[in-house]
Order: sequence, then C-alpha cells, then structure tokens
Amino acid sequence: MPGLEDLYREIILDHYRTPRNRGELPPPAVRAEGHNPLCGDEIQVYLDVENGIVTDIKVGGQGCSISQSSASMMSQAVKGKTLAEVRALVRRFKGMMSVEDAEGDDATVEVKLGDLEALQGVVKFPVRIKCATLAWNTLLQAMSELPVA
Amino acid sequence: MGFDAATIRKDFPIFDRVLDGQPIVYLDSANTSQKPRQVIDAMTSFLENSYAPINRSAYKLAAEATDAFEGARKKVARFINAPSADEVVFTKNATEALNLVAYTWGRANLQRGDVVVLTHMEHHANIVPWHMLAAERGIVLRWVPLTADGQLDLTDLATLLRDAKVFSFTAMSNVLGTITPVKLLCDAAHAAGALAIVDACQYVPHNVTDVQAWGADFIAFSSHKMCGPSGVGALWGRMALLDAMPPFLGGGNMIADVRLDGFTCAPVPAKFEAGTPPIVEVIGMGAAVDYLDALGMTNVRQHEMQMATYAMHTLTSRYGDDITIHGPRNVEVRGATLSFAFRGVHPHDLSQVLDQRNVCVRAGHHCAKPLMRLLNCTATARASFYLYNDESDADALADALEGASDIFGF
Repeated sequence: MPGLEDLYREIILDHYRTPRNRGELPPPAVRAEGHNPLCGDEIQVYLDVENGIVTDIKVGGQGCSISQSSASMMSQAVKGKTLAEVRALVRRFKGMMSVEDAEGDDATVEVKLGDLEALQGVVKFPVRIKCATLAWNTLLQAMSELPVA
Repeated sequence: MGFDAATIRKDFPIFDRVLDGQPIVYLDSANTSQKPRQVIDAMTSFLENSYAPINRSAYKLAAEATDAFEGARKKVARFINAPSADEVVFTKNATEALNLVAYTWGRANLQRGDVVVLTHMEHHANIVPWHMLAAERGIVLRWVPLTADGQLDLTDLATLLRDAKVFSFTAMSNVLGTITPVKLLCDAAHAAGALAIVDACQYVPHNVTDVQAWGADFIAFSSHKMCGPSGVGALWGRMALLDAMPPFLGGGNMIADVRLDGFTCAPVPAKFEAGTPPIVEVIGMGAAVDYLDALGMTNVRQHEMQMATYAMHTLTSRYGDDITIHGPRNVEVRGATLSFAFRGVHPHDLSQVLDQRNVCVRAGHHCAKPLMRLLNCTATARASFYLYNDESDADALADALEGASDIFGF
C-alpha cells in the first residue's frame, strides 16, 4: 500500500494552506465552473487572456487538499504563458495523471511541470485523480469560452 | 439471548479479510451494508439447485423457483407489515421505486401548478424525479425546512401542505441520521388531502417498520442496505393506488394480453415488474429479511441507539470542539449515522487518512447537495454503524482521526 507521504507532500500542503491566485476577476475575464459530482468539490477559474497570453488567472471554490493545491499550482504555472503553452502543460499534467496519452505532446513546445511534479503521487491513489484534474478541466473549459480573436 | 455484535460479525465473511495486515473497520453501511453468510448461502444454493425462470414455465423446477420468488415477496411484505404481499413491487432499488411513483402516479395525477412538498433533508432520489416532473409539466415544489439541530421544522407544515397533492419525505436522513415523525407527517399529508410517500431506505434496515401504523401511501426501500444483495429494492403501495396507476416499463410479465392494436396490463404487482426480474437477488432479499427477523429489529434498533450514544460520546470526549457532529444528539430521534466535520480537514482527506487504518467512511455530499448547502459545506465525512459494529469500531475511528492531525499539522 502506498504511504500517505506519497500523497501529502509538503509542497502540496503548502499550496493547500496558502493557495495562490485566490479570488475572482471582473469581466471581460472568462469564468468557468467545475464540479466533481462524486465528492461535491467545486472550483471556479477566472481567466484573462490578451494577445494569446494568459495575463491573469484567479481561482475560487472549495475542495480537498489535492483539488485545491492542484488549482493553486496550476494558476502559478499558467500565468504569463501562451495559450499553446498552456495547452501543452494541460496535456503533460493529464499525462502524469495517466488520464491522457503523453504521446499527443506537441514536441515544439517546451513544458516544465516544476512544483506540479509533487502531484505525481496522486496516481497511486486512483480515486484522487479526479481531485487533481478538476482545476485543469475547468481551465480547459474557460479556454474554450474565450472569444475568438 | 442478548444482542452481541461481536458474535453477529462472525456471520459476515468479509470481516475475516485482512487488508494490508489490518482488519476492516466498516463504517459505511448507510451507503451499503455487508452481507451475512446466510444471505450468500441462500443465493448460492438457489443458483446451484433451484434456478429457473419464474411465472412463465410449467415444469417442476420453474414452479419451485416461482414459489421461492413469491415466498420472498411474502417475507418482505411481513417485514414491513404490509396488508398484502401483492402490494410489494420489486424494483431495482429505492431510487427506482421513487421514480416509479413520480413517473406513473405523478404523470397520471399531477398537472401544471400542482404542489409537491419535499424536505430539506431528502437525498437526490427523492428530489430529482420531482424536478423532472416540474420541468416536464410545471408542478411546484415546496420544501419543509430544518431546525438548527437537524430535525424537520414543522412550524409551518400545515401552510406548506395547503393544497398539496403529494408529501414525499424521508423516514431517516442519510446524512444527519435524523429519524422523522413518519406517522405525524403521513397524518398531516392526509389532512391536507395529499398523498404520503415515505423514502424508507435508511429506515427499514435499522428499525421496526409498520406501513399500516404509519398510514403511508407508498414506501420505498433497498435490499442492499439491509444485508441483502444490490440490484433489488421494493416499492410498497396501497392496492387501490397501485391498481389505478398506469404501468411503468412495458414488456413481458407486466401484460395480461397483447394484441396488434394494444395491450392490457397484468394485475399488481406484475404490472410493474416488466421483464425477467433479479430473481436471485430477490431470493437474497428474502434471506436478508429472515436474518434480520431472527435478530429482531427491536434489538437492532436498541443496539444502534447504544452505538450512536457511545460513538458520539467517544468522539466528543476525545476531540471536544475539534469535532462537529451534525444532526440531533438525542438518540431517540436519530440512528447511528454520524456525519461530522473534524478540525477543518476536508472530508476527502479525512477519509484518505482513515483508510490507512482500513476505517471505511463515506466522504462527499451523500447525494444530498441541497442539504450540504444548508450545512454550509460541500461535503462531510460520515461514519454509519450497523448491527455488526461495536464499540471497538468507534474506538478505531477515534484513534484513526489522530492521523489527520499528524499530516495536516494541528
């Protein structure tokens, strides 16, 4: 049985206790809402994009340490990135969560997971994968609602 | 002979299992219960010796299977003191039973503007079917609120029930453990001219159930929460109501005659049991009823009151204000289903930590999201005790909670 130390790494608990980019953004920021229907976790992602670059992102909602820390780290990781870089990052992250095949990676875009690597242990606890990916799916939804440039 | 959970536990093979070197502390029976050897053996024996179609073949084996199937119906009817076994309709579960009523009786009798009264402590199975009717034909839903300690607030009940056609409510909350005053609620519904529908899926497994004493019109419950297999449940209804209702699913078994230009229905209960039913599961449900009858539901209830008292005392004396137990404290009006919040640790994280000690609790919204919003949370952790749990299980829960403090740093 994998130990809890694989799941609750210090950096995860740090993001859980002190979430980054918490809050809301006024319009024209795009807002998307995600639910985990199994456990009731809720997340809101606010996304400001200018000239194809994520200029600001805020996260709201409530949930467990995994969903909240993942959202916090995600917000840090995507800020200042181009939409293409964000898409590549989402693919890489979901690949790490064994949700998506990493084969689909765009080789021309460099992806660094950084702090997000700490969430690798989640894969050993399959019921928690949905917690870790909630924010990311909500981010994708927000991106799909961006006005076409 | 006294009621001894430790002895009863020996009837349940799953508790022989050692998982990661530790025994299983199963505190999720409000979700689904474990199965005793007696139920497993009855189902196995039926499969090995007596399995055959029911109600449609003339040979000896089929007649024997039909007798066993209908015998189970009689057992279930007796268990809830139904006036007639023909009033017991086997469904997939309590959810399907409630949907059946909303779909058939509801569509035949409810028009735009008609009022259906529910309560704030319903789970989704007694909310969504009515929402679906509201979307389809514009019925209006009213909600009985809760008191601060998680009981129904009946102050304005008569006003809420005015001109209502249906009052559908739970007999025991799957989140708060609250047992509602079912007879009083049925009487209030009838005084207002409304039908009384009781979601009894949390109640029947833990208490003496008497549909006649309640004066209910319909009740719904599931086998899998009462030591029986999953895949089968029951709807009980008054014969006059069932008889007048249109059928639910169409197909074999539910018809008296089928012509090119139409069909006529079989009598109740076959009218509501289209297709081959879950035969083995019904046999298992009958065996579960035998098992519970032998223990005595008064004894089961007594044991669970003691468990609720012990668990609440153990948790609060150990953790004080760090633990919040939702629902009433008075065990006269609650079962041994305890939802709680612990030191701000998210229920999902709590359940993960408890799982390290094989302590199985539910974490989540318990299919009762409106109630969660009322409690001002998105989820709770829930420990639910049953006839095979004893003090050692409550102690194990209390011990395992320490692990949450270790990780989340309190």
